[in-house]
Amino acid sequence: MTKSELINRVAERLPYLTRKDAEIIVNTIFDSMVDALVDGDRIEIRGFGSFKVKNRGDREGRNPKTGETVRIPAKRMPFFKIGKELYERINQGTPSAAALQEGGEGL
Amino acid sequence: MTKADIVAAIYEKVGISKTESSDVVESVFEILKETLEKSEKVKISGFGTFMVKEKNSRKGRNPQTGDGITITARNVLTFKPSQVLKKRMNEGSENSA
Repeated sequence: MTKSELINRVAERLPYLTRKDAEIIVNTIFDSMVDALVDGDRIEIRGFGSFKVKNRGDREGRNPKTGETVRIPAKRMPFFKIGKELYERINQGTPSAAALQEGGEGL
Repeated sequence: MTKADIVAAIYEKVGISKTESSDVVESVFEILKETLEKSEKVKISGFGTFMVKEKNSRKGRNPQTGDGITITARNVLTFKPSQVLKKRMNEGSENSA
Protein backbone atom coordinates (compact mmCIF):
# COMPACT_ATOMS: atom_id res chain seq x y z
CA MET A 1 0.00 0.00 0.00
CA THR A 2 1.30 3.43 -0.91
CA LYS A 3 0.37 6.79 0.57
CA SER A 4 -2.08 7.52 -2.24
CA GLU A 5 -3.77 4.13 -1.74
CA LEU A 6 -4.01 4.92 1.97
CA ILE A 7 -5.68 8.25 1.12
CA ASN A 8 -8.20 6.40 -1.08
CA ARG A 9 -9.03 3.93 1.66
CA VAL A 10 -9.50 6.72 4.23
CA ALA A 11 -11.87 8.55 1.84
CA GLU A 12 -13.84 5.32 1.22
CA ARG A 13 -14.16 4.51 4.90
CA LEU A 14 -15.24 7.98 5.99
CA PRO A 15 -17.88 9.12 3.48
CA TYR A 16 -18.16 12.57 5.06
CA LEU A 17 -14.64 13.35 3.85
CA THR A 18 -13.77 14.40 0.32
CA ARG A 19 -10.68 12.82 -1.22
CA LYS A 20 -9.00 16.22 -0.87
CA ASP A 21 -9.77 16.22 2.89
CA ALA A 22 -8.42 12.67 3.19
CA GLU A 23 -5.25 13.76 1.40
CA ILE A 24 -4.72 16.74 3.72
CA ILE A 25 -5.36 14.51 6.74
CA VAL A 26 -2.91 11.78 5.76
CA ASN A 27 -0.27 14.35 4.81
CA THR A 28 -0.78 16.25 8.08
CA ILE A 29 -0.34 13.04 10.09
CA PHE A 30 2.96 12.09 8.48
CA ASP A 31 4.24 15.68 8.23
CA SER A 32 3.69 16.18 11.96
CA MET A 33 5.46 12.89 12.69
CA VAL A 34 8.42 13.95 10.52
CA ASP A 35 8.56 17.32 12.34
CA ALA A 36 8.60 15.55 15.71
CA LEU A 37 11.47 13.28 14.66
CA VAL A 38 13.40 16.23 13.18
CA ASP A 39 13.02 17.94 16.59
CA GLY A 40 14.34 14.78 18.24
CA ASP A 41 10.98 14.04 19.91
CA ARG A 42 9.69 10.59 20.69
CA ILE A 43 6.36 9.63 19.09
CA GLU A 44 3.96 7.25 20.76
CA ILE A 45 0.90 5.95 18.92
CA ARG A 46 -0.92 3.65 21.30
CA GLY A 47 -1.77 0.30 19.73
CA PHE A 48 0.51 0.94 16.78
CA GLY A 49 4.00 1.63 18.04
CA SER A 50 6.55 4.24 19.01
CA PHE A 51 9.42 6.01 17.31
CA LYS A 52 12.56 7.09 19.08
CA VAL A 53 15.48 9.14 17.80
CA LYS A 54 18.85 7.62 18.51
CA ASN A 55 22.17 9.34 18.04
CA ARG A 56 24.80 7.22 16.50
CA GLY A 57 28.27 8.50 17.28
CA ASP A 58 31.23 8.83 14.96
CA ARG A 59 32.59 5.50 13.94
CA GLU A 60 35.30 4.11 11.76
CA GLY A 61 34.37 2.26 8.64
CA ARG A 62 36.21 0.85 5.73
CA ASN A 63 35.82 1.49 2.06
CA PRO A 64 35.02 -2.04 0.90
CA LYS A 65 36.69 -1.45 -2.48
CA THR A 66 40.00 0.00 -1.35
CA GLY A 67 40.21 -1.25 2.24
CA GLU A 68 40.93 2.32 3.29
CA THR A 69 39.76 3.37 6.77
CA VAL A 70 37.24 6.21 6.67
CA ARG A 71 35.49 8.13 9.40
CA ILE A 72 31.70 7.82 9.30
CA PRO A 73 30.24 10.96 10.89
CA ALA A 74 27.70 10.88 13.70
CA LYS A 75 24.07 10.84 12.65
CA ARG A 76 20.55 10.69 14.01
CA MET A 77 18.33 7.76 13.09
CA PRO A 78 14.68 6.97 13.84
CA PHE A 79 13.89 3.62 15.46
CA PHE A 80 10.46 2.01 15.52
CA LYS A 81 9.17 -0.30 18.20
CA ILE A 82 5.91 -2.09 17.53
CA GLY A 83 2.98 -1.69 19.97
CA LYS A 84 1.40 -4.61 21.78
CA GLU A 85 -1.90 -4.61 19.87
CA LEU A 86 -0.26 -4.55 16.45
CA TYR A 87 2.29 -7.18 17.51
CA GLU A 88 -0.58 -9.48 18.51
CA ARG A 89 -2.44 -8.78 15.29
CA ILE A 90 0.48 -9.62 12.99
CA ASN A 91 1.12 -12.77 15.04
CA GLN A 92 -2.29 -14.42 14.95
CA GLY A 93 -1.76 -18.07 14.17
CA THR A 94 1.98 -18.13 14.89
CA PRO A 95 3.46 -20.08 17.84
CA SER A 96 4.28 -16.78 19.47
CA ALA A 97 0.54 -15.97 19.63
CA ALA A 98 0.12 -18.98 21.94
CA ALA A 99 2.95 -17.70 24.12
CA LEU A 100 1.17 -14.36 24.40
CA GLN A 101 -2.01 -16.16 25.49
CA GLU A 102 -0.04 -17.68 28.35
CA GLY A 103 0.82 -14.18 29.48
CA GLY A 104 4.30 -14.10 28.01
CA GLU A 105 5.83 -10.80 27.07
CA GLY A 106 6.31 -11.79 23.47
CA LEU A 107 8.28 -8.70 22.53
CA MET B 1 4.23 13.44 20.62
CA THR B 2 1.10 11.34 21.00
CA LYS B 3 -2.09 10.72 19.04
CA ALA B 4 -3.65 13.75 20.80
CA ASP B 5 -1.07 16.08 19.22
CA ILE B 6 -1.83 14.66 15.78
CA VAL B 7 -5.58 15.10 16.39
CA ALA B 8 -4.96 18.76 17.32
CA ALA B 9 -2.97 19.32 14.12
CA ILE B 10 -5.81 17.83 12.02
CA TYR B 11 -8.42 19.93 13.85
CA GLU B 12 -6.50 23.11 13.02
CA LYS B 13 -5.96 22.25 9.37
CA VAL B 14 -9.24 20.61 8.31
CA GLY B 15 -12.72 22.03 8.87
CA ILE B 16 -14.02 19.11 10.95
CA SER B 17 -14.95 18.80 14.62
CA LYS B 18 -12.61 17.57 17.36
CA THR B 19 -14.54 14.30 17.62
CA GLU B 20 -14.32 13.79 13.87
CA SER B 21 -10.60 14.64 13.91
CA SER B 22 -10.07 12.00 16.57
CA ASP B 23 -12.13 9.41 14.62
CA VAL B 24 -10.19 10.17 11.45
CA VAL B 25 -6.81 9.64 13.12
CA GLU B 26 -8.06 6.35 14.64
CA SER B 27 -9.26 5.26 11.19
CA VAL B 28 -5.94 6.02 9.51
CA PHE B 29 -3.98 3.94 12.03
CA GLU B 30 -6.64 1.19 11.92
CA ILE B 31 -6.26 0.98 8.11
CA LEU B 32 -2.47 0.77 8.54
CA LYS B 33 -2.88 -2.04 11.10
CA GLU B 34 -5.35 -3.96 8.89
CA THR B 35 -2.93 -3.73 5.98
CA LEU B 36 0.08 -4.92 7.99
CA GLU B 37 -2.02 -7.69 9.53
CA LYS B 38 -2.42 -9.06 5.98
CA SER B 39 1.39 -8.93 5.67
CA GLU B 40 1.04 -6.23 3.04
CA LYS B 41 3.87 -3.70 2.94
CA VAL B 42 3.07 -0.03 3.60
CA LYS B 43 5.17 2.57 1.83
CA ILE B 44 4.70 6.21 2.79
CA SER B 45 6.80 8.44 0.56
CA GLY B 46 8.79 10.99 2.55
CA PHE B 47 8.40 8.93 5.73
CA GLY B 48 9.35 5.29 5.32
CA THR B 49 8.31 1.70 4.71
CA PHE B 50 6.72 -0.75 7.15
CA MET B 51 7.14 -4.42 6.36
CA VAL B 52 6.19 -7.63 8.15
CA LYS B 53 8.95 -10.24 8.25
CA GLU B 54 8.56 -13.88 9.21
CA LYS B 55 11.09 -15.16 11.70
CA ASN B 56 11.71 -18.87 12.08
CA SER B 57 12.12 -20.42 15.51
CA ARG B 58 15.68 -20.39 16.78
CA LYS B 59 17.70 -21.33 19.81
CA GLY B 60 18.36 -18.60 22.30
CA ARG B 61 19.46 -18.15 25.85
CA ASN B 62 17.84 -16.56 28.86
CA PRO B 63 20.36 -13.79 29.53
CA GLN B 64 19.60 -13.82 33.26
CA THR B 65 19.90 -17.53 33.97
CA GLY B 66 21.95 -18.68 30.99
CA ASP B 67 19.40 -21.46 30.29
CA GLY B 68 19.02 -22.52 26.67
CA ILE B 69 15.53 -21.82 25.32
CA THR B 70 13.76 -22.04 21.99
CA ILE B 71 12.54 -18.72 20.62
CA THR B 72 9.27 -19.46 18.82
CA ALA B 73 8.59 -18.53 15.20
CA ARG B 74 7.00 -15.12 14.95
CA ASN B 75 6.32 -12.18 12.72
CA VAL B 76 8.11 -8.91 13.31
CA LEU B 77 7.51 -5.47 11.85
CA THR B 78 10.42 -3.54 10.44
CA PHE B 79 10.48 0.17 9.69
CA LYS B 80 12.91 1.51 7.13
CA PRO B 81 13.07 5.32 7.19
CA SER B 82 13.00 7.05 3.81
CA GLN B 83 16.06 8.89 2.49
CA VAL B 84 14.11 12.15 2.80
CA LEU B 85 13.40 11.55 6.51
CA LYS B 86 17.01 10.55 7.26
CA LYS B 87 18.25 13.62 5.43
CA ARG B 88 15.87 15.98 7.22
CA MET B 89 16.85 14.52 10.61
CA ASN B 90 20.48 15.27 9.85
CA GLU B 91 20.20 18.71 8.27
CA GLY B 92 22.78 21.13 9.56
CA SER B 93 25.18 18.39 10.53
CA GLU B 94 28.28 17.63 8.49
CA ASN B 95 26.50 14.59 7.16
CA SER B 96 23.62 16.49 5.57
CA ALA B 97 24.79 15.92 1.99
